Amino acid sequence: MTDETRKIAFICSKGTLDMAYPALIMGWAALGNGIDVTIFFTFWGMDIINKARVDHLEIAPVANTSMKMSMMGVDTGNLGIPNLMGVLPGMTAFATSLMKSKMNKLEVPPVREYLQMLVDAGAKLYACKMSVDMMDLKMEDFVDGVIDIVTAGDFIDMTDGAQIIFV
Amino acid sequence: MATRDIAGKTVQVNDEGFMTNPDEWEKNIAIEIAKEEGIVELTPAHWQVIEFCRKKAAESGAAPTLRAITTGSGISTKDLFTLFPKGPAKKVAKISGLGKPEGCV
Repeated sequence: MTDETRKIAFICSKGTLDMAYPALIMGWAALGNGIDVTIFFTFWGMDIINKARVDHLEIAPVANTSMKMSMMGVDTGNLGIPNLMGVLPGMTAFATSLMKSKMNKLEVPPVREYLQMLVDAGAKLYACKMSVDMMDLKMEDFVDGVIDIVTAGDFIDMTDGAQIIFV
Repeated sequence: MATRDIAGKTVQVNDEGFMTNPDEWEKNIAIEIAKEEGIVELTPAHWQVIEFCRKKAAESGAAPTLRAITTGSGISTKDLFTLFPKGPAKKVAKISGLGKPEGCV
């Protein structure tokens, strides 16, 4: 063990509900253990910090081979959700509400609240400059706690010595 | 099981230094462990957290998670991280004479 504080940086590149959580959960655990946490949001991950999107992240059963019928309460073992069924209107909303209710039962906070917890605990959040330009976003589109819009180079500079986890 | 002497008492601890029998804990022990963890003085706000954890652990048998502390003790996330800087998860549990919190949130 060195005296220097361990640092972890997460890159959040996905905007689906299931992929929003890994960095939040690990980041919170890291902060709880006294580790310095930086999170960089890029591409679809911008949805996680977008005020208009953060409460509406979804999970789609289409092309998701890990999502099984049994998760929807139908006891069919390893039988997947047929893609043909996944395309039916309402299936994404249904899968999303199912995941949200399971998380809720485990007392896992919703994404917006989770982000606020991380910020309160000292995590530093940054938005990717190229994604901001590409998606016509501005600082005011983001939830509180996003410190700045930075370039890839800035991110590399600020994460000197950090362990980087790409999600 | 290892033991250690602290605040004039011999208590059982595991290899990470967490006390294994919450009944052996007393306030003087908390004050001593806090000092070892870099917290010079335990203020009423610290005690509010410690007492909440002791109560929760007595009910459930496990140290509460950070989120359980911030939603139940009346101490905010910001304050918790200020009161127990650099890793409140283990510090709070250790000072409260409990094991590591179980659960991810």
